[in-house]
Amino acid sequence: MTENGNSPARAGATAIADDGPKKKVKLNIFRGTEEGGKEVEYEVELAEGMVVLDAVLKIQAEQEGDLAVRWNCKAAHCGSCSAEINGKPKLLCKSRVDEYEGGEINVGPLRAFPVVKDLVSDVSWNYEVSKRINPFHSDEQAPFTMYEEDVERLYEPKKCIECFMCQDVCHVLRTHHKHEEFAGPRFFVRNQWLEMHPMDNQNRLEDIKEDDGVGLCNITKCCTEVCPVGIKITDNSIIPLKERVADEYYDPAKWLMRKLRGRRNGSSSS
Amino acid sequence: MSSVAAAWKKLPWWVEPFTVAGVLIAFGIYSTAVIVFAGGQYEQYISPFFSFTATMETPAWAPAFITAPMLLLWIPLGFRATCYYYRKAYYRAFFWDPPACQASAQNREPRSAENYRGERALFVLNNVHRYFLYASFFVIAFLWYEAFRTVFTYDGFQIAVGSFLWFANIILVSAYTFSCHSFRHLVGGNMDCYSCVRGGNARRKTYNFVSRLNAKHPQWAWYSLFSLLFTDIYLRLVAAGTITDYVLIPFGG
Repeated sequence: MTENGNSPARAGATAIADDGPKKKVKLNIFRGTEEGGKEVEYEVELAEGMVVLDAVLKIQAEQEGDLAVRWNCKAAHCGSCSAEINGKPKLLCKSRVDEYEGGEINVGPLRAFPVVKDLVSDVSWNYEVSKRINPFHSDEQAPFTMYEEDVERLYEPKKCIECFMCQDVCHVLRTHHKHEEFAGPRFFVRNQWLEMHPMDNQNRLEDIKEDDGVGLCNITKCCTEVCPVGIKITDNSIIPLKERVADEYYDPAKWLMRKLRGRRNGSSSS
Repeated sequence: MSSVAAAWKKLPWWVEPFTVAGVLIAFGIYSTAVIVFAGGQYEQYISPFFSFTATMETPAWAPAFITAPMLLLWIPLGFRATCYYYRKAYYRAFFWDPPACQASAQNREPRSAENYRGERALFVLNNVHRYFLYASFFVIAFLWYEAFRTVFTYDGFQIAVGSFLWFANIILVSAYTFSCHSFRHLVGGNMDCYSCVRGGNARRKTYNFVSRLNAKHPQWAWYSLFSLLFTDIYLRLVAAGTITDYVLIPFGG
């Protein structure tokens, strides 16, 4: 399987400088489908600044034309090239090969979703979940007048590039396959944005508790560890939602206050 | 520090859960032994494990195995046991749910899909965390009082090495308590619109300050755990005469 041909490189591989040191690097890449497959070892010439996606595309261009990999922007903005390196979700375009110097580089597809082929998984389940999230709704007509102090918390969840690596690493989906009961970290990020939006007037707490299953999350923070854009998913999205669900369902004092005083303007449950 | 963190990340996945489990078990054994078998006061110093006990006696009706510190230690114990950070720590270290994030660690998760309920079954009780937070405010107040008390001796006023330890401890315990996720929610996380209510801007500023503290909540959790331990050990070493509590600034007397 190991071959270093001089065939013309395709677009993805031409960006790699050929005048660098002629050091070689080995990659074990999963080849197969949902039904089964195996890791195959490839060797490519290491170029300065090479990322794993460069190496995979070089292999695709020079050795294995049918190697399936999904990619688009090569700039860590589109979230297309998410896969697993050594069992941890990573953007292939953001993972430098020299980070793994001296160690193995095992590249595989996202395992929380069905594998289509090689490094490509079918992530369409996420789009189905997205459809069932109660969308933004306001009684006022856009454009809205909003103040910085009310929207500053909304910038972080908006950074999400939907790479679905947080969904992949979440053990509730990956290990326990609770896809029917659990929306996953990405959609708690979305729900947090909706819930904290000052112009939105929907109450999603029942959906978040019952349909999205926030109680299944045991806040072990793997989602936060893998987020390529640095969203503190657990601390800034999931836990604030858990606290709001606690306000609504698990706090007897809050329940009593709502009974006595009604829901207050400006509060999460307004 | 970043090189330490980078080196830590390169260690095998099982190092972290075993380390956390080991430290928490050791802390549990030490603190249990201390509150059951030992005293907690020496001159002007009161061990943080024995907070309140200078002003409170064990009631006569209490069973013999109940010692004075147990009457109130349930507050910090409950606060830490239901803390969002410690939950992560013990789900990973003790329940292996999961022990770490990579595939090889997740594959070792012992629970089957049918048995995994997350925080929906027994652990739904962790939602009581906010009430332990409210109770912790009293503990914090007493620990501050006892820190100030260390500078007053029977015959005057002094600043000794021990006082610095007691103040460092209560500063770290306060940072841990006020960086709590439930506190963050209480001061402003429960609002959607700060500009819509009176005092909203003050709440937003408080929320942002607590959010900055909250970003280091795990560190405060560990630092304050160790400061409790070191403060107590210091008291015992001074009481045993093993070390001298150097007086840096003596007054009065």
